[in-house]
Amino acid sequence: MTDTAHARIQDLVSKNEVVLFMKGTPLFPQCGFSSRAVAILERIGVAYESVDVLQDQEVRQGIKSFSDWPTIPQLYVKGEFLGGSDIMMEMYEAGELQQLLAPQAASSAG
Amino acid sequence: MAMAADDIEALILAGIPDAQVRITDLAGDGDHYAAHVTSESFRGMSRLAQQRAVYATLGERMGGELHALQLTTAVPN
Repeated sequence: MTDTAHARIQDLVSKNEVVLFMKGTPLFPQCGFSSRAVAILERIGVAYESVDVLQDQEVRQGIKSFSDWPTIPQLYVKGEFLGGSDIMMEMYEAGELQQLLAPQAASSAG
Repeated sequence: MAMAADDIEALILAGIPDAQVRITDLAGDGDHYAAHVTSESFRGMSRLAQQRAVYATLGERMGGELHALQLTTAVPN
């Protein structure tokens, strides 16, 4: 089961430049941390794929070992794990996240 | 299921003995905490690696009995 989950997650993060694994949806986040992650991405104005782990138990469990990270949300950019909402916030406050996502934000606006 | 702030601090200190740990009970319900952890051992590590080091001290509790922990890390000035 974990192998299938990992394969699916790998597929998701390979096919989408920016992927947020979260609880709930961007419109209806089910957790304060996921809500914060969504707010940061919306503020930057970047298009992203969101995956609601509450609707997918396989991914919910699999993502923790895939990323070696115990909590959700989790942000992936170009297939690379960036961190959870605290790291997103620290990077945003330092201006690093905007810089990192600038190419994706530009293509979202266009 | 919840954890006391002192227990969280003790676990982090057991894994990172030189850490300065500041725990804030965000909601006053013993279930939503913020932890700020400062340690010399973080020097040269990425934020990701620093947070992983803290999560490692909490083990299986993280995401389980301890489900809401806002975490920030720093190197001493």
